Amino acid sequence: MDDLLRRYGRGLTWGFVGLTFFWLVILVILPDFKLLESSFRPYLPVVDVGGPKDTYSINNYLRIFGGEVPMSIFGFEVLISPRVKVLLYTLWYSGVVTLVTFLLAYPLAYYLAKIVSPKSLPTLFLLLFVPLWVSEVLRSFAWWIILALKGPLNAVLIALGIIDTEIRWISGYSPVIIGLVYTYVLFMVFPLYNAMQSLDSNQIEAADDLGAPWWRIHWRVILPHSKPGIASGAVMVFMLSAGSLLVPAIMGSTTSGWFTQTIQGIMLEEQDWNTGAAFAFMLLTICTLVVTLAMWVFKVKLSDIAK
Amino acid sequence: MSAGIDLDNVCCDFGSFRAVDHVNVSIQPGEFFSFLGPSGCGKTTILRMISGFTEPTEGVIRIGGKDQRGQRPNQRPTALIFQNLALFPLMPIWENIAFGLEVRGVDKATRRKRAEELLALVDLHDSADKMVSQLSGGQKQRVAIARALAVEPAVMLLDEPLSALDLKLRQHMRAELRAIQKRTGVTFIYITHDQGEALAMSDRVGVMSQGRLQQVANPRDIYNNPVNGFVASFVGENNILGGDVQNRAEGMASIATPIGTFRARLADAAEGKLKLYVRPEHMVLQAAPGAENSVPVTLTEVAFEGNFVSVHAVTTNGTTLVAELRNDGSTPIPASGAQMHMAFDARHSSILPDSANAGA
Repeated sequence: MDDLLRRYGRGLTWGFVGLTFFWLVILVILPDFKLLESSFRPYLPVVDVGGPKDTYSINNYLRIFGGEVPMSIFGFEVLISPRVKVLLYTLWYSGVVTLVTFLLAYPLAYYLAKIVSPKSLPTLFLLLFVPLWVSEVLRSFAWWIILALKGPLNAVLIALGIIDTEIRWISGYSPVIIGLVYTYVLFMVFPLYNAMQSLDSNQIEAADDLGAPWWRIHWRVILPHSKPGIASGAVMVFMLSAGSLLVPAIMGSTTSGWFTQTIQGIMLEEQDWNTGAAFAFMLLTICTLVVTLAMWVFKVKLSDIAK
Repeated sequence: MSAGIDLDNVCCDFGSFRAVDHVNVSIQPGEFFSFLGPSGCGKTTILRMISGFTEPTEGVIRIGGKDQRGQRPNQRPTALIFQNLALFPLMPIWENIAFGLEVRGVDKATRRKRAEELLALVDLHDSADKMVSQLSGGQKQRVAIARALAVEPAVMLLDEPLSALDLKLRQHMRAELRAIQKRTGVTFIYITHDQGEALAMSDRVGVMSQGRLQQVANPRDIYNNPVNGFVASFVGENNILGGDVQNRAEGMASIATPIGTFRARLADAAEGKLKLYVRPEHMVLQAAPGAENSVPVTLTEVAFEGNFVSVHAVTTNGTTLVAELRNDGSTPIPASGAQMHMAFDARHSSILPDSANAGA
């Protein structure tokens, strides 16, 4: 603090601190607290707010258990509330998205970090970044067109003789998965690239010299070294996917509910911000738990990720 | 289980730069052979070609008589010890050592047992379960050696593995490496820019400069009978004087230098630009001029170094000469400013061409 004062003078320093404080407290922390607080209060007509009916309870949270629909979980048929079903699907398919992005990003990151010559690296990074300059909405619609029944993907596959009749890509959760993978794959590539790039190439050569085939070099040397990168990429992709609203809304079919859409429905259509807030915090808490559990299973520490 | 290595007219180009230029050498099975040279002389490239990470542009490398062209590093009977050791930091020590065995499908109990044996061989007991970061520099060194020995290589390749250690440890590890080599009988090929290391450990030394092998000989011959000026000045110190060579006869000649005419050894084949090389320890200081090879000097600096005294002197025309006198009590230590004569024995001085590169 003294250092800042000496370097920038009183006016600028308090300006910085004040703006940061305003952003953090007024724009982030307070609204979140307000939502958290209202998530425990009932949705009441304006006249009753603050009245005797306005008491704290977890009733909003319990609204997730309403009604019963069948669902098959690992082959078991169970009756479950439709909202819980959507939440479980959201978590499950966010996990699938994370796995697919990892499978795509690992070879790409390895190629960027260890194989490609440093001279062509800026060009490759540019090529990776260019799609990000286009808005997410446009990119999702582009995929929607590509995957359409009479769209270019089916046309190309039929022209190449790979398939005979068009495949209905936009059904169930597949278009959502494709869209999310495409949107978030770079969040996996860059942490992985960073981790791999810090690996001493001599270790790869040493393993090679000791007789290891390529897959064992990856399994025993490169993959363990990349673990913190995998973890931070996976956390980001999982959280962003589970919290994504736009991609499921655009790419989704009639049978692909995403929990964020549930929340949006409650907040904007039912105008019930209290229950919406409760569901939003539920999603956040459960995602955090899933991530913590995954980190415990894969023996990753939070400090590894922060590196 | 050791093999000889033949380098047959080996060249290696990086673009238009020739890093290794027609190197021919036969390394015997079980030999401790060092490639000695300044950085950028191509010695590391030679090592990488033997281990298979770099392919020669021309020429053939044979290990145990077998042509190694097209053999990947993991198919060659060599084990490389990297300059930075390249231990696997995420594996405990014993897994590091047993990695080569794991690759070969050896079961875990046998791997563990073998790792312990190798740790004993390199004097590192009770470290099997430690992590790499818990070891000191010298201990890591031993682990790297054990890891390489585990795959029972016919040839060990060492890329300046001692350069990161401090002086004391380095000297200790020299003896250690030499002992391990004798115990295992594996052919060692050692890369270094440190002449002390090369001379102290090797059976033979190959001195390299600008991609070319200048001289291959045992350490004593490298030091006492260098074939050219590069070898003479890279290995040890010299007083160097240029001049015209006259009266060649029976391996001796005279050379007329700016500070006088001296007699010295001269190889019969020596051609081109020739210079006189005299090692400082072969210079003697005396009060009276000698019969031969003697020049009057004024001492400018007398530095007492403990076991020897380093004396800098100038001749009448301003040429600086250096002598090293043993501090054995046989002669009094001269004082700076004294007028004396510096002399040397013709048998301990050589007239040499600059380097094998000239005209070759």
